[in-house]
Amino acid sequence: MAEPKVKYDRQLRIWGEQGQAALEKSSICLLNSGPTGSETLKNLVLGGIGSITVVDGSKVEEGDLGNNFMVDESSIGQSKAKCVCSFLQELNDAVKAKFIEEYPEELIETNPSFFSQFTLVVATQLVEDSMIKLDRICREANVILIFARSYGLAGFVRISFKEHTVIESKPEHFLDDLRLNNPWPELKSLAEGIELNVQDPVAHKHIPYVIILVKVADEWAKSHGGALPSTREEKREFKELIKARMRGQDEDNYKEAIEASFKVFSPQGISSDLQQIVNDSSAEVDSNSSDFWVLVAALKEFIANEGGGETPLEGSIPDMTSSTEQYVNLQNIYQKKAEADIVAIERRVRSILKKIGRDSNSIPRTTIKSFCKNSRKLKICRFRLIEDEFNSPNLPELQKYLTDEDFSTAVGIYILLRAVDRFAANYNSFPGQYESAMEEDIPRLKSTASGLLNDLGCNGATLAEDLINEMCRFGAAELHAVAALVGGIASQEIIKLITRQFVPMSGTFIFNGIDHKSQLLSL
Amino acid sequence: MADTSPQPSRSRDLDKLLLRPGNLVGPRFEPGPETRDDLQAYARVLVVGAGGLGCELLKDLALTGFRNLDVIDMDRIEVTNLNRQFLFRLEDVGKPKAEVAAKRVMERISGVNIVPHFCRIEDKDISFYNDFNIIALGLDSIEARSYINGVACSFLEYDSYNNPREETIKPMVDGGTEGFKGHARVILPGITPCFECTIWLFPPQVKFPLCTLAETPRTAAHCIEYAHLIKWNEVHGGTAFDPDDPEHMKWVYNEALKRAELFGIPGVTYSLTQGVVKNIIPAIASTNAIISAACALETLKIATECSKTLSNYLSYNGTQGVHTKVTEFERDKDCLVCGPGVLIEVEPSVTLQKFIYLLEEHPKLWLSRASVSHQGKNLYLQAPTVLEEMTRSNLSQTLFNLMGKVTRDIVHVNGTATKNDQKISCMRKLLVVFKGTDGVADMDTAGGA
Ligand SMILES: [Zn+2]
Repeated sequence: MAEPKVKYDRQLRIWGEQGQAALEKSSICLLNSGPTGSETLKNLVLGGIGSITVVDGSKVEEGDLGNNFMVDESSIGQSKAKCVCSFLQELNDAVKAKFIEEYPEELIETNPSFFSQFTLVVATQLVEDSMIKLDRICREANVILIFARSYGLAGFVRISFKEHTVIESKPEHFLDDLRLNNPWPELKSLAEGIELNVQDPVAHKHIPYVIILVKVADEWAKSHGGALPSTREEKREFKELIKARMRGQDEDNYKEAIEASFKVFSPQGISSDLQQIVNDSSAEVDSNSSDFWVLVAALKEFIANEGGGETPLEGSIPDMTSSTEQYVNLQNIYQKKAEADIVAIERRVRSILKKIGRDSNSIPRTTIKSFCKNSRKLKICRFRLIEDEFNSPNLPELQKYLTDEDFSTAVGIYILLRAVDRFAANYNSFPGQYESAMEEDIPRLKSTASGLLNDLGCNGATLAEDLINEMCRFGAAELHAVAALVGGIASQEIIKLITRQFVPMSGTFIFNGIDHKSQLLSL
Repeated sequence: MADTSPQPSRSRDLDKLLLRPGNLVGPRFEPGPETRDDLQAYARVLVVGAGGLGCELLKDLALTGFRNLDVIDMDRIEVTNLNRQFLFRLEDVGKPKAEVAAKRVMERISGVNIVPHFCRIEDKDISFYNDFNIIALGLDSIEARSYINGVACSFLEYDSYNNPREETIKPMVDGGTEGFKGHARVILPGITPCFECTIWLFPPQVKFPLCTLAETPRTAAHCIEYAHLIKWNEVHGGTAFDPDDPEHMKWVYNEALKRAELFGIPGVTYSLTQGVVKNIIPAIASTNAIISAACALETLKIATECSKTLSNYLSYNGTQGVHTKVTEFERDKDCLVCGPGVLIEVEPSVTLQKFIYLLEEHPKLWLSRASVSHQGKNLYLQAPTVLEEMTRSNLSQTLFNLMGKVTRDIVHVNGTATKNDQKISCMRKLLVVFKGTDGVADMDTAGGA
């Protein structure tokens, strides 16, 4: 076997060994192994997911060969779950692959406790009634659930879970944590020891911009009663003050200082997003609280006490024009402060754990460290129960979507994907599933959809005729390319949920394969 | 409408889309079994690249009704491909990607024919590319995209009103991924922006200034690039650094470590060394699947008009939630690649040799070592040697005679240009006008070229 580190190199660069370990520990259950389901699993098996269990009661038919890569001619007449499972196993022998030849709908009815053994259940091509039942089961068992459906050129992906908390949200563009608007004593004294008016031109153009800004800001504060620039005019003046110290056009450090001067003006303290998290009622912890909330509780105390209104320092600095020595010194100052903050948070974590009756060492130091480094970027995702959304969607949002040109097709698809299930419940087939009924199915779907809109409280709202026609044309077809796309998105969300890195989608992702103007709907 | 396929058919699902009329379709969509059968019988698609995107594209296209596919890739399979290039197994390591990919898809899906081409894209004659109805790009390099784009645009001809001639449009779909992000786009040369029209979407990679590496290193990457770009040459003089030689890589890593220690810089690891030196772009199965599927869907729409088309650029970002966005970019009216051709006025007495020399000096081209073809006929080829010898005698003849004494016409040239200090292969379309004949000075037709 190949060294897994080499095989997984290109993904380890994204989610690291911790993320990979989380994937390898997880067990996934797939409901229905059509192309949407098998493509979802394919991406996870390649990445080295721990185990998969494929649930499908159907046998492979000729038609399945036209849209599913995980079956072939020899599969016809055999259990689809079994065939898909064995083809998936071929992709990665490190994955434990199992199958159960049973219809998901039956399993949901007869054996709800079955689902509690999994980390995550991915339910594909399920109709509304089964979705609602499965959602209740998984919510109760605290199992992550993700729905994916491909329907003609349309589809959706929806996550359902009580609460998903993220420490390593890894935003792409996030302001670095330099504290130029609120420097701590050690940074100030490092800056004080550096002379900006140094004679040597080489030294002059290698003073890091962080030092320049701390010094100029200090100078400014002294002549402005301790305040930093706040008005537009003051900010302009401040930049002029930096510019005046520049000796030549080739001094990149000064250019960087002018560009970064907004970091001096930015408000002190924590963001409103973080404020909301520390104010969350879950931050009042007890013995049932998760590690995440214990850490937040410690963070809250830290901010109110030794943090002086700020989070623990991140401790890393971006590259900037500098001499090596000054850069390394600067790095050390930031690192030391970050380490001191970690010690402070750790002390608080241990004492909180003790207070709530848990082993005070039950949260490892590495977790605390990572939490501190990422404390400005914490994310909490909570997902509505499907049943709640279906029965009482966020009405103002729904009405907004129905009238907003950018959303009207996506919300149309959303309504129609629900309408086809109602249709199927009434007429025992999906609209347009059989050629012979096409003519009568279109008006039937139209009235089913308007009935649904009425039930949701959007009386009188209508959907585009063209879209209704199109939905009938699709006739519940599961096209491979659409399935691969919808399954691809589902697998990507699963990776984020399991590695607890990055941020999963919120709301319902509506795939629009007609012109690709897909949308996320928060209902 | 009668039910045309009463038996359960392999195209059960696709038939719904191809056999039934719809309102949200292209103007030339003709629903019916003929559309499906023609797609299977006649549509030819070239997949460029058999990597993460290419493997997915082959599978997706083969399950989307296409039966005549070609795939071109010069690479061999590596262990690091296996986390996403699902057509390859551990025992395939070292084999040509194109061949294994074609074989695996054909084994699984009967009735599909995939011809693999294990070679560089530049090795193929331009006429090779003209045989396909659609070209699907699954590449990770800007240079390769640029080359194929140049080839596809070289087929494009404009009529006397400066409108693209429809039968000369070679559609392309292009996908690209990096980590959780990607894009899919449709390029209809002459109608939607070509790759070169929107080249600013791919800014050149920022390199570290050499003086930083030599004098003021601050980061682990600086130490690695010092070892790679400066120290290696100092010590190994004549031996070129080979990023695929593990001994070379280890040497660079050790030197970078020493330098980092000397300056007190943390963070040099072997993995980072490889990442910096090889400029490794993280890649995962899911993003490749999403982007390829979008490309395959658009390929089907171009071939059949069974739905609206993506107009014309889809971006996907899955890092913070899911963000997709469609942007309608516009053509660069002055684009040298998809415009009517770079106008070159020459005397009828100019020899082919002189003409090739003029291309080197031309301020819009700077094209050296050019091969020249006219109406599909090779006038001069720089390589291979056999063909160079066969066409060498043309060099002393006048271009006017070689082009059959037309007053003006398109010629295709293929040579080396320099871009961002890098030599790249490129294909250019030129509108040659002979002075003193009646083809001269119709500046409108030259269309800003
Ligand atoms: Zn162009």
